Parts: sequence; C-alpha cells; structure tokens
Amino acid sequence: MRKSQGTWGLQWLLRMSSDKQDTLLKMVILSVAAILAFSTRLFSVLRFESVIHEFDPYFNYRTTRFLAEEGFYNFHNWFDDRAWYPLGRIIGGTIYPGLMVTSAFIYHVMNYFHLTIDVRNVCVFLAPLFSSFTTIVTFFFTRELKDASAGLVAAAMLSIVPGYISRSVAGSYDNEGIAIFCMLLTYTLWIKAVKTGSIFWGSLCSLAYFYMVSSWGGYVFLINLIPLHVLMLMFTGRFSHRIYVAYSTVYCLGTILSMQISFVGFQPVQSSEHMAALGVFGLCQIHAFVDYLRSKMSSDHFNILFRSLVLLVGSIAFGAAAVATALGKIAPWTGRFYSLLDPSYAKNNIPIIASGVMVRLMLVLAPVMCVLGGIGMSAVLTTYMKNLDNPLKKEKKSTKKIESNYPLKNEIATCVVIMMTAFLMFYTYHCTWVTSEAYSSPSIVLSARGGDGSRIIFDDFREAYYWLRHNTPEDAKVMSWWDYGYQITAMANRTILVDNNTWNNTHISRVGQAMASPEEKAYEIMRELDVGYVLVIFGGLTGYSSDDINKFLWMVRIGGSTDRGSHIKEWDYYTPQGEFRVDKEGSPTLLNCLMYKMCYYRFGSVYTEGGKPTGYDRVRNTEIGNKDFELDVLEEAYTTEHWLVRIYKVKDLDNRGA
Amino acid sequence: MSEKLTTVISKFYDEYMSSTPKKLKIIDAYLTYVLLTGVLQFVYCCLVGTFPFNSFLSGFISTVGSFVLAVCLRLQSNPQNKSEFTGISPERSFADFIFAHVVLHLVVINFIG
Repeated sequence: MRKSQGTWGLQWLLRMSSDKQDTLLKMVILSVAAILAFSTRLFSVLRFESVIHEFDPYFNYRTTRFLAEEGFYNFHNWFDDRAWYPLGRIIGGTIYPGLMVTSAFIYHVMNYFHLTIDVRNVCVFLAPLFSSFTTIVTFFFTRELKDASAGLVAAAMLSIVPGYISRSVAGSYDNEGIAIFCMLLTYTLWIKAVKTGSIFWGSLCSLAYFYMVSSWGGYVFLINLIPLHVLMLMFTGRFSHRIYVAYSTVYCLGTILSMQISFVGFQPVQSSEHMAALGVFGLCQIHAFVDYLRSKMSSDHFNILFRSLVLLVGSIAFGAAAVATALGKIAPWTGRFYSLLDPSYAKNNIPIIASGVMVRLMLVLAPVMCVLGGIGMSAVLTTYMKNLDNPLKKEKKSTKKIESNYPLKNEIATCVVIMMTAFLMFYTYHCTWVTSEAYSSPSIVLSARGGDGSRIIFDDFREAYYWLRHNTPEDAKVMSWWDYGYQITAMANRTILVDNNTWNNTHISRVGQAMASPEEKAYEIMRELDVGYVLVIFGGLTGYSSDDINKFLWMVRIGGSTDRGSHIKEWDYYTPQGEFRVDKEGSPTLLNCLMYKMCYYRFGSVYTEGGKPTGYDRVRNTEIGNKDFELDVLEEAYTTEHWLVRIYKVKDLDNRGA
Repeated sequence: MSEKLTTVISKFYDEYMSSTPKKLKIIDAYLTYVLLTGVLQFVYCCLVGTFPFNSFLSGFISTVGSFVLAVCLRLQSNPQNKSEFTGISPERSFADFIFAHVVLHLVVINFIG
C-alpha cells in the first residue's frame, strides 16, 4: 500500500519485522476506514438528536420495539389492529424480519451485559454500525479478488461512498442498511467457496444468503447474479468440480433456507425470478455428469451415449416445462424484476414503485463500483510507486535495471501519484459534502436558515404526534394521508386508516375521497370509517413545500380511481385553463373541499409575510381564494407552533336529527 | 445404433467395476439409493399431489440436497481430483459434508411442519 513505505515514524515500528509492520498497518488502515464509515454517518445525530428519520423507519422501529418487548413468537403471530382500521394488518408474515431481529438481538445482548441502551438508540445507530462491518467485509472481498492493498483502497472508498450513505445514515433505520452488508458477505463467501471448492464455505455462503433473504427483498439480485456467474463460467469453459461443489451446496441449502421466511414463502420454487437459479442448478448437474462420463470412455463411445442422452433429457424437460406452464405452476415474471431491467417499465405500469428503482440500483452498484475502483486505484498506485526514485535504494536500482528505463521515469511517476492522490482527496471532500448537505436531514425535524443566518428548527411533527398521544382517547382513529401513517402509529400510538404499506388501494382511495369531497360528503365517509381525528400537514405558513395541498392531486387521482369515487374528477379541481391554484381563480370544487378547508381554516386572517395581504400562502406564493369560512362537521383541535400540522376533531352527530 | 449403445454401456460398466476405488463405490451405492428415493417422491407427488406443499418440498429438497452433497463428497474424495481440491483432506471433506447435512436437516425439520 501507499503508506507501507511511510514507516519513518515510530521507532518500535522499525524494530518489527516487515511482515508484522505490514499486518499492523493493514489493521490500522482498515479500522480507521471502519471508524470513518461510522462517524461520517453521524451528521444528523450531532445536528439534531438521536431520532429515527423519515417514514418507513418508524414502522421498523415500532416493530422492533414490539419484538424486543414481546419476544419472537408473538412477533411472528402479530396481527396489528392499529393500522388499516377496520381491516388490520398481519405483520409477522408480511415483512422481512432480519432488521428487527438483528437490532432486538443487539439490544438483548447489550442489556445482558448491563449496558443499558434503549431500543431507539440501537435502531438509530444500527445502520452506521453495519456500514463499518460492510467496510471490513469489502476488504476481505476485494482481497479474495485481487490483493490486500486493493482491498484497503476499496474499503476506504466504500466507507464514504454517497450511494450507500444515502440509505444508511444514523437514524435511517431501513432494510437496506443491513442488506448491503449481507450482500457483500454473501459475495465474499461465494468467491471463497468457488476458490476452495469446499462444502463448508458453500454452507456458510448459503447461511449468509439466508440472512440476506431475511432482511431485504433485493435478495433477488443475488439469486440471479450467482447463477449468472456460474453460467458465464460454463460458457467460457471454466466450469470445474469446485464450481459444482460451491453452486450445488449454495443453491440447495439457500433455497430451502430462504423458504423459512414467511414473506418469501414458496416463491423460490414457483416464481420466475428464481427459475434462472434452478435452471443453472440443473445445468450444473448435467454438466458434471457429462464430464464424468467423458473422463471414463473414449470419445466415439462418449458421442453415441451423449447424443442419446441429450435426446432423452431434452424431450422430458420440454414436456415438463410445457405441462407446468399449461397448468399455471410457473408464475409470470413479476413487475419488480422487470422494473429493474428496464426502469421505464415501472414508470409506465406500476407508478407506485417507480421512484425507488434508481435509488435501489445505485445502492446495489455502489459497493461493486468501490471494489472495482479500489482494484484500479491500487494497481495504478503500485505500478507507479515502484518507479519513484527511492532515496534509500538508489544505487542498487540504477545498476540493476537499466533496460526497463525510459526518460523522465521518476517525474511521470510523481505526476501520476500526485494526480491519484488529488482524485482521492476530491472524492473524500465530495462525499463528506454530499453526506452533510443532502443525506443528513431527518425530515421529521426540519431546519431552515433564518434571516440572520441562524438555524431555525421546526419540530412540529413530533409536537403534534405527542399531542395526539396525550390528549386523545386511547382508541381514537386518526385519518391522514398515508405518508404519515407509520409515524402516527409509532409516535402517537393511535389507530390509523392507511399507512405507507400501500397494500389496499381501495382503502386509500376511500381516504382520498374523504379529503377531496365537500364537508357533508366527507362527513359521511368519516362516520363510516369511525374517524375521530383528522390530521393534515400544511406548509403555507413556513414554506414547507411537501405538504398536503401539494400532494392533493394524488389524493384526487387515487380517490377517483375506484368505483365509489368515480364522481371525483381530476379536472374539477383545475381552473378552466388547466391550472392548479388555490387563489381566487381556483376552481370552486377545490376551494370548498375538505382538504382545502382543513389546511386554510383561520388562515385568512393571518399575516405571513411583510407587504403581503392576509392569508398569503408561502408555498404557492398566492393569496388564498376562500378566506372566510367556518367548519360545520369538524372543530379545530390542535395546531402546532408553525402550523405545520393541524389536527381536527370530527364532531359527533347532532342530538336532534337534522 | 442401439446395438452400439449397449456395447458402450457394457464397456462403461466393466471399466467402472475395475477402476473405481471401493470408497467411491460405497458413495455411489448411497447415491443410487438417494436417487431412487427422489424418484419415488416424485412419482408420489405426481400421483397423489403435493398437498402439504411445505412437507413435500422439505422432503424433496432433503433428497436433492443429500444427493448433491454426496456428489460433492464423491468429487472431493476421488483421488483423480486431488489437484483441484488442494488443502481438502478426505477427513476435512467428510466433516464439511456432515456440517452441511446438519444445516440442511435442521432446516428440513423446521420446514416439514
């Protein structure tokens, strides 16, 4: 490595043998990289506090808390009646439990040793911790592929690569945080198994694969990549007994292990995403058997036998495939996989998962790029480092190797090394900057720059959720758009109608209809769903742009997408010119719907910006159109400090029938 | 053609009987047994159906797994393949075999229901 020549430091270091120095340096560099990986992800904790970010992590956090308190058995059988009221949701069988089990395990181990740490902190710091592990695994992976020095460069690069940081900062408690670790671990063990041809490494690889399956749906990448590797080896004629041993063990054990996760179920033997692996497994058996026969007999004899075998097996396989397809046993390729191969597929067919695809692809490719980059960097550096004039060995060199010399050798080498160092430094600066600016905002606590450059904190979300927790009946049902479902159940501990697990579109549509209808219509729907409180996010006062008014068109679209909501037409909410506006020009349907009224109730009498009239919306930059109205079926229950969250109580029916 | 095929097969049989070490023959006998079990299970599922699908799968995968692992063991203990598996002694390969079986059958027991 580049630093191994720099041992001019400590005296005791010089006294060690060069082997020991080498090992020590490697360990030091690796641990620095691991610590760096951990600490670079802590921006948000330092700036705000140890909180869980965004939306999905709140669900993971809530399930982890349940697991830690109730034990695995109850967790597995958990039927959640706090979400999707009145349907409820089976949680145990519809999630990947790896993440929760890992943190609950860490939590129990720590508490066993009387290191009292609460579940939330385990969850917040789990992703950075696993990033450190990933860094170490990357070193071993790259060392298997190339050598230790490439491994160190790759590990250092991975520790700060933004693509990975984006999903693994402290507080971002999501499946991907540990899944990338599992993925690299599986790769490493797979390479190890291929290199040694040992059943033991193969079994370990399948166990790592099991961990991967238990933690992320992206395991499908792995179960297609590994067979692809084997297939390429077959085509290039490098198939050997070692690969047979590795792949057969991994596939057999991995398949049955993956079926233990109830969310995966029988997919590994039924869905087409997994069929490539099965096919390659079969091919492996045939290849090995043919190799065996060939080694045992002369080539003419072998040809005769081979031809008759091919005929026999081919006809049987074709018949079986035809029968299975006809009987519908082989499911068609599911959308998520297509969307991976062709990003526009998702955009055209399944809008709800389109956005995640690129992020996911980036996440999976980032470690691979780091490994390749590490190998490249280290190759360049080791080549040119040799060409540098070394003051200690100068005489020896000049007498020995004249023939391989070329003019300006030392100068060129110096230039290249300086250039590479500069690249690495830019990379580091860039990564740190991106992490600090783009990926470290928790989105549950907002921050903005005030007029004098100071940082203003908006903690309205938690304020509202805690208000709900302490001021509403235990069994109150809260209606909100689905984005906030996980947060409400986790923080307010109240029952909600829809959440971020968008499994039932008609139910979401019903909520959308309520939001998009005028008050009387909405009241019917809310009575039907037993709604006690309604929560909306409103950014008009602070300028927070991802509020419910900006999401409102989605509510209209989704609300109108089912039979019961077919009277809701998107065009009714636009001006005749086809614009979506909330000022006087806006469509009357919009200005009288429930969402509008809940967001702008009492807003018409508030001054928000100097020099502007009352009721000036700072997100839409207009004065609102309908200022003076009263609510008939709702009453304002709570509005947070910056009006970010507004909570309304649904009034009971009148005593006298109207 | 078919006549030729029979001669080829008989020659292969003679070759096999004379030149295969005894250890491998034992493994081959085991393999045949496992293969027959697998065929039996397959015939059963074709005739009767796969109703408790998890039980059928765990049984069948147990068979396939045992077969494949035994083939691996055979490959590793074949003296001709010595060069490919450097550093894996016969004892080591048997221990690996046992380890993989422990993993496999623990899962099978869990899955069989």
